Amino acid sequence: MLKTRVIPCLDVKDGRVVKGVNFVNLRDAGDPVECAIAYDAAGADELCFLDITASHEERNLLLDVVRRTAEACFMPLTVGGGVRTLDDIRNLLLAGADKASIMTAAVHDRDFVRRGAEKFGSQCIVVAIDAKAVAPGRWEIFTHGGRRPTGIDAVKYAQEVTALGAGEILLTSMDRDGAKSGFDIELTRAISNAISVPVIASGGVGTLEHLVEGVRDGFASAVLAASIFHFGEFTIGEAKAYMAKAGLPMRLDPTDFGDAVSK
Amino acid sequence: MTVAIIDYGSGNLHSAAKAFERAASESGVATSVVVTSNPEIVLSADRVVLPGVGAFPDCRNGLLAIDGMVEALEEAIHARAKPFLGICVGMQLLAERGLEHGETPGLGWISGTVTPIEPDDPKLKIPHMGWNNLELIRAHALVDGIPLGAGGLNAYFVHSYHLKASDRRDVIATTDYGGALTAIVGRDTICGVQFHPEKSQAFGLKLISNFLRWRP
Repeated sequence: MLKTRVIPCLDVKDGRVVKGVNFVNLRDAGDPVECAIAYDAAGADELCFLDITASHEERNLLLDVVRRTAEACFMPLTVGGGVRTLDDIRNLLLAGADKASIMTAAVHDRDFVRRGAEKFGSQCIVVAIDAKAVAPGRWEIFTHGGRRPTGIDAVKYAQEVTALGAGEILLTSMDRDGAKSGFDIELTRAISNAISVPVIASGGVGTLEHLVEGVRDGFASAVLAASIFHFGEFTIGEAKAYMAKAGLPMRLDPTDFGDAVSK
Repeated sequence: MTVAIIDYGSGNLHSAAKAFERAASESGVATSVVVTSNPEIVLSADRVVLPGVGAFPDCRNGLLAIDGMVEALEEAIHARAKPFLGICVGMQLLAERGLEHGETPGLGWISGTVTPIEPDDPKLKIPHMGWNNLELIRAHALVDGIPLGAGGLNAYFVHSYHLKASDRRDVIATTDYGGALTAIVGRDTICGVQFHPEKSQAFGLKLISNFLRWRP
């Protein structure tokens, strides 16, 4: 049976993790590669880097981070933030990312999704949607960290980019992001029901029950969270054990080579 | 031992090469891993790996675009009986034909067709993306020491098409996603995996190290 994925997300700026990760004793809590290795060992099902570097010149730092992560972690890696051209996608994939997450560029040029999927395959094109409720049962796409409205209906947009070849949707509720009050379940369910590709729920996780709700009630295929993991409130293992106890199919495999398999 | 990972413009081979190096060191097999598009190197290697990411026709065309590569593969595998591992679309290319974006011939080393995944539960999402466990159909050196079945280890899958083998004896393991999908195929010195061992943590490293030690 396919397992529900738990995905920790690291915000990276100028090649460093923003705010750091404090759940284990790391030599350098600001090094994305060290954090990635720790999450790999903790049983994360996938890892996400979100690059919030402002200047284009510093992008090579991110590519170096991706390259070093892919050398050390044998798990799927999604990278987003500032992905605007086919070359951006190509560079990420060549550095070792499995999927590139596109946001603003897809809002401005829907056809970018089609070109990306045609060139590299739908399996590596994730479209990130930042949505805010504008009326009961209606959500709109926002860009620039939720500050700029676009007038685009989130559900219709999800259908559109899926038809153009997006292989997955990373859905963030901008109303809930950072609020720790749980995912916007109605939004997650509306998008998940409207499209045929997997949805990653993001934005608002404060408790382990929130993770369960995203999957059980929002029909998400995966859940993404940042702060609850980074600051050691819960471990990946605790999250997965809790979700398994709630009846969700989880991957609870040992990650250590010697424990997992017989030599 | 030399392992040739064929570079034919399909996706990133950096992490695949690193996974083979790590698996070799975990299992103590002295191995040199070469990422190559040179048919001569494929012919001289001890083991051959064909990765693959993207659509079936693109991968097929990429392989054909390298002068002499398909011939080198046929020679290495059929005449010289070298162990071969296909990964994801590299496994699908073993089939006689693929139906993604129209009909395209494959290498035809495994009888069967690559068809769209059609889960019996319409609510299941396509692609089949994420971690899934395997059901063993027939014992094979590739999965030695790896716990399979419901309580077993999971492997990482990302695919919308799957290889429907026409000879059941070629199927080593399946995975369930609204019906059984082929997860591992094998015949003689040829094997192929639908999932990504280079992204499947301990499961993947063990499978690669089994492949390196395999004496078919």
